[in-house]
Amino acid sequence: MGLELYLDLLSQPCRAVYIFARCNNIPFEFKRVELMKGQHRTEEFKKVNMLMKVPALRDGSFTLAESVAILMYLARKFKTPDHWYPSDLQKQARVDEYLSWQQAHIRGKGSKLFLSKVLIPLLAGQPLPPEKVESATEELNVVLNQFEEKFLQGKPFIVGNDISLADLVALVELMQPVASGYDLFEERPQLAEWRRRVEEAVGKQLFQEAHEEILNAKNVTADKIAPELREHFKQQLLKQVN
Amino acid sequence: MGLELYLDLLSQPCRSIYIFARTNNIPFEFKHVELFKDSVLGKKPAAAAASGAERPRTGPSNSEGAGKISLLKKVPALKDGDFTLAECTAILLYLSRKYNTPDHWYPSDIKKRAQVDEYLSWHHANIRANAPKTMWIKVLIPLFTGQPLPSEKLQEVMEGLSASLKQFEERFLQDKAFIIGSEISLADLVAIVELMQPVGVGCDIFEDRPRLMEWRKRVEEAVGKELFFQAHEMILNIKELSNIQIDPQLKEHLAPVLMKMLK
Repeated sequence: MGLELYLDLLSQPCRAVYIFARCNNIPFEFKRVELMKGQHRTEEFKKVNMLMKVPALRDGSFTLAESVAILMYLARKFKTPDHWYPSDLQKQARVDEYLSWQQAHIRGKGSKLFLSKVLIPLLAGQPLPPEKVESATEELNVVLNQFEEKFLQGKPFIVGNDISLADLVALVELMQPVASGYDLFEERPQLAEWRRRVEEAVGKQLFQEAHEEILNAKNVTADKIAPELREHFKQQLLKQVN
Repeated sequence: MGLELYLDLLSQPCRSIYIFARTNNIPFEFKHVELFKDSVLGKKPAAAAASGAERPRTGPSNSEGAGKISLLKKVPALKDGDFTLAECTAILLYLSRKYNTPDHWYPSDIKKRAQVDEYLSWHHANIRANAPKTMWIKVLIPLFTGQPLPSEKLQEVMEGLSASLKQFEERFLQDKAFIIGSEISLADLVAIVELMQPVGVGCDIFEDRPRLMEWRKRVEEAVGKELFFQAHEMILNIKELSNIQIDPQLKEHLAPVLMKMLK
């Protein structure tokens, strides 16, 4: 039994892992875990990750959770090109710095907007009050400014001239609010250019394939969600946006 | 000009960096940043002076210096010549690599290393999301807003923290001595400093958790008990904070933020 990656491409961290493995030709078995159907809460999946989250990895008897840990494990095991996680001390630190900061910021605020605009209304059967969506949008813009000013700073990629894990993780996260109908690239030309570069570096076709499902997320109807999960999800998600 | 670390030991991530640097004898200049200006608790850690590090300076210059490195949170921050770095995980990893610290801190074995990465990542959204709230609720909110301690809110926070602690014990620690096995790593250090925050404000989460308590003792011994307590002196005396003069501007700025947290 070879490497197994447990993924749902609706999830940003899953997309990062998927794109990274595919563009580096890492052989793996794609194990689909459909969050909407509650497949992450089955006894079988708990054996892979008792935290009941995706992405998850299984490599023989070794299991691993958390996308950053998985990405680094893959980079090391399959000796991917240096630029993904540079051996240069300072460049590596920059990647670490971004991957840490992004959790509460780009990931946090991008997710919040997607939840506010798409997922919670879907589960609740009605939209959230517009002020909530507005304030989530504002919060996202604050971190986008920080991203451009502190991390990108007019460079081709976050750590200089080459794509790294930082760029990949950043872009898949930004696609979540985009999928909710908020085109954050529209008035940010520098960011749009960076996006284009990242897509090219991983392969446009692969990038688009990985994002097909999320970009159709607005078309998902409530009946696609397992009924017994609806209330559970709703409560969980409401907590996240408050 | 050598390595500079901008730290306030009231902050958990700062303590992990401080302990890591000291226990590995990494030479650095301690740049004391006081998150609460005019704090009576601004005692300089005695050992910093004893170790030969320059006497920590307080006041605007360190705060400004730190502010230039780290966007929102001023601490922790690192300055190594022209190179500046924010984010606790990034700083710990940088130090471990640059100073070639013993392998067990961040093992070269890729599976063990992955387990450290896994913990450090999970920690953010779980332990670190819950543990600090105890201090906000029990000490800072009453202090800044003049409102009494909201006990239902504290209950809620403790429940959240309990859930995280359960996962910590069942998924990460299990029956091992340390998170990744028989030796201490960055994972244990980052975890322990966070869990000392509730202890500091009188929520002793170790009390009914013998396995966790045993682990804590091992971690303290591994880094050095004296160093561990010295690093935690401020947080363990946090009740004195209630007597301090908070900078009025800071109070004005933070009070609405804290009131929002109460909802």
